[in-house]
Amino acid sequence: MEELHVVEALRRGDEASFASLVERYQTAMVRLALVYVGNQAVAEDVVQETWQGVVQGLDRFEGRCSLKTWIFRILGNCARTRAEREGRVVPFSSLWRAEAEPVEPSVDPSRFRATDPWRDHWTSFPRNWDELPEERLLSAETCAHVREAIASLSPVQQVITLRDVEGWTGPEVRDALGISEANQRVLLHRARSHVRRTLEQYLER
Amino acid sequence: MEISEELSCKELVELVTDYLEGALSAAGRARFEAHLADCRGCRHHLQQIRHTIRIVGTLTEETIPARAKEKLLHAFRNWKTGTA
Repeated sequence: MEELHVVEALRRGDEASFASLVERYQTAMVRLALVYVGNQAVAEDVVQETWQGVVQGLDRFEGRCSLKTWIFRILGNCARTRAEREGRVVPFSSLWRAEAEPVEPSVDPSRFRATDPWRDHWTSFPRNWDELPEERLLSAETCAHVREAIASLSPVQQVITLRDVEGWTGPEVRDALGISEANQRVLLHRARSHVRRTLEQYLER
Repeated sequence: MEISEELSCKELVELVTDYLEGALSAAGRARFEAHLADCRGCRHHLQQIRHTIRIVGTLTEETIPARAKEKLLHAFRNWKTGTA
């Protein structure tokens, strides 16, 4: 398995292997650490501590989970310990719980009929984005709006970065963050819905 | 969320991620698809979500600054010699 080669290389102290791991995960790691510690400098510190834990703990890595999952578990431990030490009162067990967040409807309720007949059906149909030119859908300006929308999401909704930007699977997010699959799905749904609304405002104005 | 009767559009939009993730029960999925077959508005909505996922997927995480990476590589050398 390719992953075991990477682990072997790291054990030998191979810098190139370490550098490529850092390139792959550093940004996502800092983003996640930020959820726990709430401060960029401290988050970066936590990530550095995590890398040290990874490198020095390699002999204990048995390949029972993926290297990525293992790294993010260590990150979670370091971040929690640090947040406690910094006196940040975060109810960790509930940090990732979707219920802790205010619920925003996926679509503005005014888009649906309030009275019978056809109560709760569209007042006017959403537009067919298949008809929009590809250059517009994927333009730099569209992407800038999407980036902004993601940046404005609550920390826990950053699950969308792992899933849809980084391409993680649901089970990977579940394992790395220690939350249920159902939970990450709720957070993902809210995040995607928010980004869609932003896109709608921009694309259809 | 399980609804006994037909889905409304307002209910369907809340189930889109569960649908795309294959997390609905067989009955829930059938109900979702039955509504979709009859409702152009919801088909467009679902397609908008698919486009959203695709557009988000074209973003890339900003790369780590060279200096931060250099610092980590330097630390890496020390960690290795420290444990050797």
